[in-house]
Amino acid sequence: MTVTTTDWETVIGLEVHAELRTETKLFCCCRNSFGEEPNVNVCPVCLGLPGSLPVLNRVAVEYAMRIGTALHCRVQSSIFHRKNYFYPDMPKDYQISQYDIPINAEGWLDLPGGRRVQIERAHMEEDTGKSTHVGGGGRIHEATYSLVDYNRAGVPLVEIVSAPDMRSAEEARAYVDELRSILVATGASDGKMEEGSLRVDANVSVRAKGDGQFGTRCEIKNMNSLRSLGRAIEYEAERQVALITDGGSVAQETRHWDESAGRTGTMRSKEEAYDYRYFPEPDLVPVEPSDEWIASVAASLPRLPAQRRSEIAAASGMGVESESVVTVVRLGLDGYVDAVIASGAGERGTAIAVRRLANEVAAEIGSAAHLTEPAFCRLIAMESDGSLTTAQARTVLRELLDNGGEPDAIAARLGFEAMEAGDLEAVVDQVISAHPDEWSRYVAGEAKLAGFFMNHIKAATEGKADMKAASALLRSRSA
Amino acid sequence: MTGVSDTPGPLASAHAIAAGVRAGTFRAREVLEEHLARVEALEEDVHAFNLVLADSARMAADAVDADVAAGHDLGPLAGVPVALKDNLCTRGVPTTCSSLILGSWKPPYDATVVQRLASAGAVVVGKTNLDEFAMGSSTENSAFGATRNPHDLTRVPGGSSGGSAAAVAAAFAAVALGSDTGGSIRQPASLCGVVGAKPTYGLVSRYGLIAFASSLDQIGPLARSVRDAALLLDSISGPDPADSTCLQDDPPSASARLEGGVEGLRVGLVRELAGAEGISPDVVACTRDAAEALSGLGAKVDEVSLPAAVYGLSAYYIIAPAEASSNLARYDGVRYGMRAANHGTDAADITEMYLRTRSAGFGAEVKRRIMLGTYALSAGYYDAYYGQAQRVRTLIIRDFEAAYETFDVLLAPTAPGTAFELGAKTADPLTMYLNDVCTIPSNLAGHPAISVPFGVGDDGLPVGVQVLAPALGETVMFQVAAALEAAAPPVALPSILSAGRTG
Repeated sequence: MTVTTTDWETVIGLEVHAELRTETKLFCCCRNSFGEEPNVNVCPVCLGLPGSLPVLNRVAVEYAMRIGTALHCRVQSSIFHRKNYFYPDMPKDYQISQYDIPINAEGWLDLPGGRRVQIERAHMEEDTGKSTHVGGGGRIHEATYSLVDYNRAGVPLVEIVSAPDMRSAEEARAYVDELRSILVATGASDGKMEEGSLRVDANVSVRAKGDGQFGTRCEIKNMNSLRSLGRAIEYEAERQVALITDGGSVAQETRHWDESAGRTGTMRSKEEAYDYRYFPEPDLVPVEPSDEWIASVAASLPRLPAQRRSEIAAASGMGVESESVVTVVRLGLDGYVDAVIASGAGERGTAIAVRRLANEVAAEIGSAAHLTEPAFCRLIAMESDGSLTTAQARTVLRELLDNGGEPDAIAARLGFEAMEAGDLEAVVDQVISAHPDEWSRYVAGEAKLAGFFMNHIKAATEGKADMKAASALLRSRSA
Repeated sequence: MTGVSDTPGPLASAHAIAAGVRAGTFRAREVLEEHLARVEALEEDVHAFNLVLADSARMAADAVDADVAAGHDLGPLAGVPVALKDNLCTRGVPTTCSSLILGSWKPPYDATVVQRLASAGAVVVGKTNLDEFAMGSSTENSAFGATRNPHDLTRVPGGSSGGSAAAVAAAFAAVALGSDTGGSIRQPASLCGVVGAKPTYGLVSRYGLIAFASSLDQIGPLARSVRDAALLLDSISGPDPADSTCLQDDPPSASARLEGGVEGLRVGLVRELAGAEGISPDVVACTRDAAEALSGLGAKVDEVSLPAAVYGLSAYYIIAPAEASSNLARYDGVRYGMRAANHGTDAADITEMYLRTRSAGFGAEVKRRIMLGTYALSAGYYDAYYGQAQRVRTLIIRDFEAAYETFDVLLAPTAPGTAFELGAKTADPLTMYLNDVCTIPSNLAGHPAISVPFGVGDDGLPVGVQVLAPALGETVMFQVAAALEAAAPPVALPSILSAGRTG
C-alpha cells in the first residue's frame, strides 16, 4: 500500500516570544530600545555583574497581564525560576523566566477562520544579548571570534505557548498573524518579526489521519518571517512523512531552519538537550497582582481584533471573514473605519472605506501617517455621493497618502468635477460613432470589445467618467 | 591608652570613637593611624586582609575631620575604622571573594551597605580574607592564603568571615562586616572571641554582596561588644529598592533595649543543639553556664526541643550548593575576571574556554559545591534532593514557630568547639561542614541569631554562645545578648595584643 501525504496530518504548536514595549528593561532601569550602538544600554544588573540583583519592572508585569487577558488566560499569582545553561550572550549564564507557575495560564485565541487555538501559558522572561559570530559561516563553534551586544539582555519578553492545535502551515501563519494583531492592539508589543521583537519557534509532528496519538515532534527555530514559518513547517512535515514512510522514525530534536537552503537541519539532538535545572529564583519575590489590578487591566484593554472585525463587518455589510476586513484590522487601520462610521456614512460608504483601506492604504502603509481621518472621511463621502468616480477617488487618495491635504482641494486642482449624466451620454455616443466596425461586432456579440470602448471613454473623459454608469450606457445602446 | 593626645586605646569601642571624633576630642585621622600602625605590625602574622586601603582610608578620615571642623552633622560611625569582607563590592577597588576567578575585577559600584557606612561616616580600612566565595568554616579555602586566629596564630579564625573576625579581634578595625550563609559570621566570632550577628533575612540589603546562596546570605556586624554590633547593624539595616528581598518596613532597632535586662524574659535552651553529638563538652558547659547566668538575672530558662534542627545540616548542604551552582555560573571568562584561554590562542572553542577558566579559577571546595548543587538540581533528582531539602526547611520554621509561642529567645552553642589547628579539618570536608550544625537552622528559617563570647574552652580559647530570636526579633535578641555579655567571664586579650608587640 502506498502512503501519500494526503493521508497524513501535520500537528503544530507554536512558541511565540514577544518583546514588550516598556521604557526600561525587565529587572533594571536601562532603556529598552532597538538599533542602538552596541553595549550602551547596560548596567551592573543586566550585565549580571557579581553582587547585582534584579528588581521587577511593574509596567512589564502590567503588559504581560494585558496580553494574558487579551488571550482569555487566567491571570494569577506567579513566581520566577532560573533556567540554567551556559551561553556567552546570557550574562548570568541563567535566564530568569517563569516555569510551573506562570502569570497567565490556560487561554485561547480564535483564528479569523473560526478555529480556536488553546493557549497553554503566556509567561514573563528576560531576553538575552545578541551574539555576532565572525567567520566560520556565522555559527559559534566554527567562528574565528564572537562579539556580544548586551543591549537586548534583560529586555522583557512574554512567551506565548499554544497547544498543538494547528493542522497546517496556513493555520500556523494565521495564528501568528492574529496573535500579532492582538499584541499590537494591547499596546504591549510592536510585533515586528523582521526586527526580532516577535520570534516564533514551531513544534511540528505528523501522524496518520485519524490517529489519536501525537507523533514525535521536532522543534524548529530560526524562522524570521511569516513566509519562512510556513515554508519551514511544510518542509519539516514532508521530511517527517518521508522518514516514516521509508520505514524510519522521527527523532525528537531541535532543528534549525536554513532560509537560503530551504531546509531544516539538526541543531541539538535529544541527548544533547540542555538540562535547565530550573529552581525558584531566590532574588525575587512572588508576583501577586491584586484582584483590583487584574480588573483594572481588563477594563483598560482596547477592543481586540476579533471584536473589531465583527463590528466592521456589521457596519459595512461585508463578511466577518472578508479578506478586506481582516486586512484592515490586522494592519490597525480600523480607526479610519470608525471615523467614517462616525461621520454618518452608511453601509455602502463604510464598505467603500474598507476597500480603499485594504487596497490602496494597505499597500502604502508606511505613508498612512499623512492621511488624516477627516480627509479620509471626506474622500469616502465624495466617492459615495458620486462626486468622484472610483478612479478619481483612488488618485486623490494616492495624493493624500503622498502629501496629505484636503480632498476637495486636490480634486479641484486635478480638475476632477463630477460629470453630468448628459455629458457622459454624449461622450459614449461620440465614441460609438467614431468606431462603427467595432460597434457592429460588439452588438453582434463580441463581448470582449466592451473593454475597448471603455478605454476610449475613459481617455475621452480624462478618467472623470463614472465607469459603472458608462458601462450601463454602453449596454443600453447595444440592446 | 597610648597614641596621640587623647586617642583611645586599641580596644576602644566604635561608640567611644564616634563620640570622641564628633566632639573633637581626637581626630578620625589619629584613630585611623593608630589602627594602621597595628595592621603594619601584626598583619603579616594574622593575614586578616586581602587588601589594606591605607590611602583611601586616610582620605576618608581627613574628610570626616574636615566635616567636624566645618561643624557639619556627622553620622553614628564618624571616624570609626571598619573592615569589609572581600565579597562586598567596593567601587573601583578589587573585590575578590578570595578567588582567582575574579582576577583583578573592580566593581563599578558600591554595595548598599558600603554606601550606608560611608554616609554614617565610617572609614574603610581594608577588605578582609574569607573562604573562597564564603564557602568554608576556617578561612583556609582562600586563594590568597589562610587567616590566623589572633588568640593563637597556629589556629584558624573560623570562617568564612575569618578575616573580619580576626581584624576585629586584633583591633585592626573597631568593627567589621561579614556575611553569614550558614554561620559564617557567628562561627568565626565564636572562635575569635568577638560578637557576631546574623540579622533577619531581608533586614540588610544584599545589593553588592557577591552571592553564595541567595536565599540564605545575609550581611551582618562583627564587633568587640554587643553595643557596637548593634550600632553597626542599625547603621546598615532598612529598606533598599535595589534588593527585592529586602524588607520594606522600618527595621527593628538593635540598640533600643541594650540596658533592658532579662527579668521575666523566657529563654529556651535548645536541647538538640546544646547536647548534639560532636559538640564538645566544654562548649556545652559554657552554654549551660550562660543559661544559668541568665536565670540568675531573672530570666525564665527552660529546655526546648527543635526536633527538625538536626536535619538542618543536610538540607543546607543541598540548598546552598544548588543556589551556588547557579550563582557562580557567571564566572565563565566571557565578560570579566579571569580567562584561562583567549581567542586566537589554544582553546578550541567556547566550551573549552569555559572549562579551562573554571578549572583554573575555582578552588577545590567551590568546585565540590558547584558539583553537589548541579547534581541536586538535575532532572530526575530535583524532588529527591532540592524539593526534600525545602520541606526540611519548612519543618525547621515550624519548630521555631512552636518554640517562640513559649519563649522570647532561644539559647544554643555557636560552634562545636574552640578554634582548631590550621589544617586539622581540611582533609575531610564533612568534618568541616559539621562546624555549622548549630548556626544553620537560623539561616534556613531566615531568623536572626547572635554569638556572644561566654567563657573559654579547656584549651583557654574563646567560646561563643548564640542567642536566637524570631524574625525581626533583633531588639530582644540584642537585649539578651547585652545581658549575657555583662554576665560573661572576662575575655582575655588576644595573645598578639597582650604580648605588647604594639601600641
